[in-house]
Amino acid sequence: MEDAFLMIVTMASATLRVATPLVLAALAGLFAERSGIVDIGLEGKMLGAAFAAAATAAVTGSAWLGLLAAIAASTVLSMIHGFASITHNGNQVVSGMALNIMVAGLCPVLAQAWFRQSGQTPMLGQQARFGPIELPFAAAVAKVPVIGPLYAQVISGHNILVYIAAIAVPLVGFIVYRTSFGLRLRAVGENPEAVDTAGVSVSRLRYQALILAGILCGVAGAYLSTAHNAGFIRDMTAGKGYLALAALIFGKWKPVPTLLACLLFAFADAVQIRLQGVPVPGIGVIPVQLIQALPYILTVFLLAGFVGKSIAPRASGIPYLKER
Amino acid sequence: MIRKLALAGLMAAGLGFSAQAQTFTPAVIFDMGGKFDKSFNEAAYNGAERFKKEFGGTYAEFEVTNEAQRTQAMQRLARGAGATPPASIVICIGFAFGSTLEQVAKEFPRTKFVIVDSVVDAPNVSSVVFREHEGSFLVGMAAAMASKTAKVGFVGGMDIPLIRKFHKGYEEGAQHVNKSVQVFMNMTGTTPAAWNDPTKGGELARSQFERGADVIYAAAGATGLGVLQAAKDSGKLSIGVDSNQNHLHPGSVLTSMVKRVDVAVYNAMKSAKDGSWKAGVQSLGLKEDGVGYALDANNEKLITADMKAKLDAAKADIIAGKIKVTDVTAK
Repeated sequence: MEDAFLMIVTMASATLRVATPLVLAALAGLFAERSGIVDIGLEGKMLGAAFAAAATAAVTGSAWLGLLAAIAASTVLSMIHGFASITHNGNQVVSGMALNIMVAGLCPVLAQAWFRQSGQTPMLGQQARFGPIELPFAAAVAKVPVIGPLYAQVISGHNILVYIAAIAVPLVGFIVYRTSFGLRLRAVGENPEAVDTAGVSVSRLRYQALILAGILCGVAGAYLSTAHNAGFIRDMTAGKGYLALAALIFGKWKPVPTLLACLLFAFADAVQIRLQGVPVPGIGVIPVQLIQALPYILTVFLLAGFVGKSIAPRASGIPYLKER
Repeated sequence: MIRKLALAGLMAAGLGFSAQAQTFTPAVIFDMGGKFDKSFNEAAYNGAERFKKEFGGTYAEFEVTNEAQRTQAMQRLARGAGATPPASIVICIGFAFGSTLEQVAKEFPRTKFVIVDSVVDAPNVSSVVFREHEGSFLVGMAAAMASKTAKVGFVGGMDIPLIRKFHKGYEEGAQHVNKSVQVFMNMTGTTPAAWNDPTKGGELARSQFERGADVIYAAAGATGLGVLQAAKDSGKLSIGVDSNQNHLHPGSVLTSMVKRVDVAVYNAMKSAKDGSWKAGVQSLGLKEDGVGYALDANNEKLITADMKAKLDAAKADIIAGKIKVTDVTAK
């Protein structure tokens, strides 16, 4: 019983660690797609940000400067996407994919040119990374049954970026549903003609959405290279951008359901790691290959049965052309 | 005038080319972990650099980043391309080159090939394999002696027989010290990407620490960097692999199972240069100092005199054949 509880606690903690970049990237995608811009470039933006953060942190020794650089890099990439798909009405999927491919090649090349470590950045020391934060009273309540370990090990002891991701969810919800900017954002993704008729600039709104997406992706990238890991490694996003996009679709382009979808993916990953080589009561040891396929099986299963109909913002993916 | 200049330039380039072709040019192909994985591939790089320093000249190199490049890289280096003359000897770092090399070695019967970690039977291929289970046995002993919880962990890279061999030796070594020690085992993945996924490595290590392990052995190329980092972050111990990784986190890396890929690469280049190169299979273990455990200023506080005495005794026993370590890849 004690063991089972400990396992739940550690799995919950691992779920939060793995979910953080997914949540941030999915929220970035939410802004972009709600404004009518398909953002398949999440992967590339995150990777670019991870590289910028690690490179800056390696040179300056400051994780915070790394975070700023990550946000800047990701926002610039976001603006390139915007320039191609908003100003020039380019195909948004093509532009996003181009971004992914460009960044995947560019980062190792730059890393090689600057650090000469075959496409990686040097390993970061403790002070150049975001370290764990003890929340107040964590040590004091750790002894309290059930609530103690939950607070001390699951909620406390993460780095600041995990908490930023946690705050970002209600914040994004507030911006999208309770502000006039959010109202316009949703409108421009559903019916840009109406927004245009009301005298609000469609492209301006879409650019603003992409800036917000850039910022969030920047934090996600910095998390990967300066908090969860200690340095940039080629292709370190490993498909997390696409996973975030899938979570966004699961979550029907709404902040809280999207958060839940991200947590589910991360939980599947945590389970997968912990089930490897552990005998399951009544079944025995499950083959590694089957366990590693678990998150994907879960994805297919959920997509097929549980999510129900998921409708994208109506104008998503369509460049807005003013008719005269 | 311009045409003449161009012609002269071409001739000079041609002369340069033929002059270069006669010099000795070895070539190294690194596997997917990358040249600076601080582990397996980096050991090979260090061997090549040592040769370069001692004998001058340069060596050609290639880092594969996907499966399709294996054949291309081998053929290109063997044939020579542009300014690179055909390589005198092509050294392939990693078991994954095995099946490719079987074909390419036939296509270039006059080129010498070396493969590390796999055996290719051809008249122009020299295969270097290591008895990793012997070195892993020693670090397994060290892990069990350093562990306070009698639980130790192992994180492997790609799930292949070679890595199972590391694991088996490690497990036997740990149980040699303490019969009841528990050994957790995780593999990172089943594709070559598993050599370069430190995020996953770190998560696997954390899960083992949470289950009570306090020493983890990483045999996973660059993925192991995540394991070592997780051990450092959790205040636990780790064991590095292939290269001496003690310096990465002094005080947290208990020791490293060194596999002298650098010596293998250096010797291959040297023997090819002085003409003593031979095809065939070389097996390097504790006896040949091909594997071992690393002891230096970074971990001298972690390995006590008592531990060292026991490790050295076991080493002598393995060499003398008194301790038999199981080799899971042996047929």
